[in-house]
Amino acid sequence: MTPSSANSVSTDPLPAHPPAGLWSKYAHVLSMGVQNTLVYRANFLFRAAFGLVPLMATLFLWQAIYADKPAGVAIGAYTLAQMVSYYLLVTVVDAVTAVAEDDWQIAADIKDGAVSQFLLKPLDYLAYRLCLYLSGRLIYTSVALIPVAFFLFFQREFLVGPASSWGWVLMPVSVLMAALLQFLIAYTVALLSFWVLDVSTFIFIQFAFEFLASGHLFPLDILPDSLHRLLLWTPYPYLLYFPVGVYLGRIQGADLWQGFVLQGVWVVAAFLIARFVWSRGLRKYTAVGG
Amino acid sequence: MSLLTRYAGIYAALIRYSLIHEMQFKVNFLLWIVVEALWFGLQLAFMTVLYGHTDQIAGWSRWEVVLLVGCNQFIQQLFHMLFVTNLSNLSELIRKGTLDLLLLQPVNTRFLISVKKFEIGNIANALMGLAVVFYALAQLGRTPSPAQWLGFVVVCVAGLSVHYSLMFLLACISFWTVRAQGIVWGYYNLFNIARLPAEAFPRGAYRAVFTWVLPMLLVSNVPAKLLAQRLASPWEWAALLLMAAACFVASELFWRFSLRHYTSASA
Repeated sequence: MTPSSANSVSTDPLPAHPPAGLWSKYAHVLSMGVQNTLVYRANFLFRAAFGLVPLMATLFLWQAIYADKPAGVAIGAYTLAQMVSYYLLVTVVDAVTAVAEDDWQIAADIKDGAVSQFLLKPLDYLAYRLCLYLSGRLIYTSVALIPVAFFLFFQREFLVGPASSWGWVLMPVSVLMAALLQFLIAYTVALLSFWVLDVSTFIFIQFAFEFLASGHLFPLDILPDSLHRLLLWTPYPYLLYFPVGVYLGRIQGADLWQGFVLQGVWVVAAFLIARFVWSRGLRKYTAVGG
Repeated sequence: MSLLTRYAGIYAALIRYSLIHEMQFKVNFLLWIVVEALWFGLQLAFMTVLYGHTDQIAGWSRWEVVLLVGCNQFIQQLFHMLFVTNLSNLSELIRKGTLDLLLLQPVNTRFLISVKKFEIGNIANALMGLAVVFYALAQLGRTPSPAQWLGFVVVCVAGLSVHYSLMFLLACISFWTVRAQGIVWGYYNLFNIARLPAEAFPRGAYRAVFTWVLPMLLVSNVPAKLLAQRLASPWEWAALLLMAAACFVASELFWRFSLRHYTSASA
């Protein structure tokens, strides 16, 4: 199969169907994804519950640090309560947006030659994977809600509302963009399977940078200012640090709008890179077993 | 004695086989070392950021915590080298019914499951952990005596045994739930708390559970404290040895119980 025919096939609408077929097609993928991931619900529950163990440990660590300082003191403009609420919100945003099995499945699709069928069907692979990611997140979030809500209840004194009512509007927008960005990064890294034998090393290397620079480990504004400013130019802070900062009202004024612009730019850039890597990858693709 | 030499011979053959297998993918082999090194660097970076804002955490100075993170890395990487791949593979053995084949071998099945694949690359990462331990000791101005180094080896083995027994126990759950990848992931989260100072956890349920049920707060803390010469009492290392034995017995009992529930997938 030549790449050009592959591309034209995957973007052609179904001739026999009305235009509405495009939506029902992906709605079908979405419901299929929901059914498939429901199988993993016990796994998800286990994962979400175990995920709270290191979170609890991190909170204890911070409490121990604050305990040695005079009461009410701030570390990098965070009081203990603010620090705890930062981590609680990171947990929530992470549950909503994190990539679970998607990257491994994409890599497996390429390795097993399962991608071939998408080149023959009027189904765009990126849109297909996005639907599966969204349905996976839907199930994961609903399952994770049980242990996370339980945990939040115990930490409720630290759980603060958004700094202003704008937070209720802006945070969902930034979380949605964070989810798109998260998906596109994972998707693109998984596409490296077109070239390398085992993509898991690249997934873990990417994830290591993400873990640090997204603000998962600690809020980025406790870093030296120049380093913090530098990181804001990379895509990573827009996965966790930015949505949480918007909610907590830590990012305001010009920084807020600049942040939204950069988040949007990164989403678009990640989309274009994903498309580019896909089309280059198809040239390499040999359809094993296809 | 012939039993021991027989198993040593089997293990040597397995290591040789793993090595040949590994060398087929040289770039990948090196990349895994890079991945592990990167995550180790991340842990050290986190501690550096924390100590940028404080001089001590729960009575632990900066270099004492670096020593702890180094000890934890050393033990964790040895655990990876010997067991992690094998234990996370158990659910696949059960799902595909490949376990039948292993059950029929004239060798202890638990032994075979546990050590089948030897991850040679993790030696490099274990040595990085050890290098950090030496560096932190130099910064602290401590020179442990030979007896203390011997004690260090003993408590590291005990810590390794705790990790091994607990993960083996968790992996046995896949005799009931067939899809059990979550188990491996779950264990990674437990790992994560082992590198933190136990004193940072308030006395209460959390600390008690992770000392006396899942003794994560002993496995790396005790070796680090031993080298830093800050063990409060010999009870601390006695507790680790006791828990290591208890975990091993528990895992063996659960393994035997699980095997009775095994219904082969293929036969």
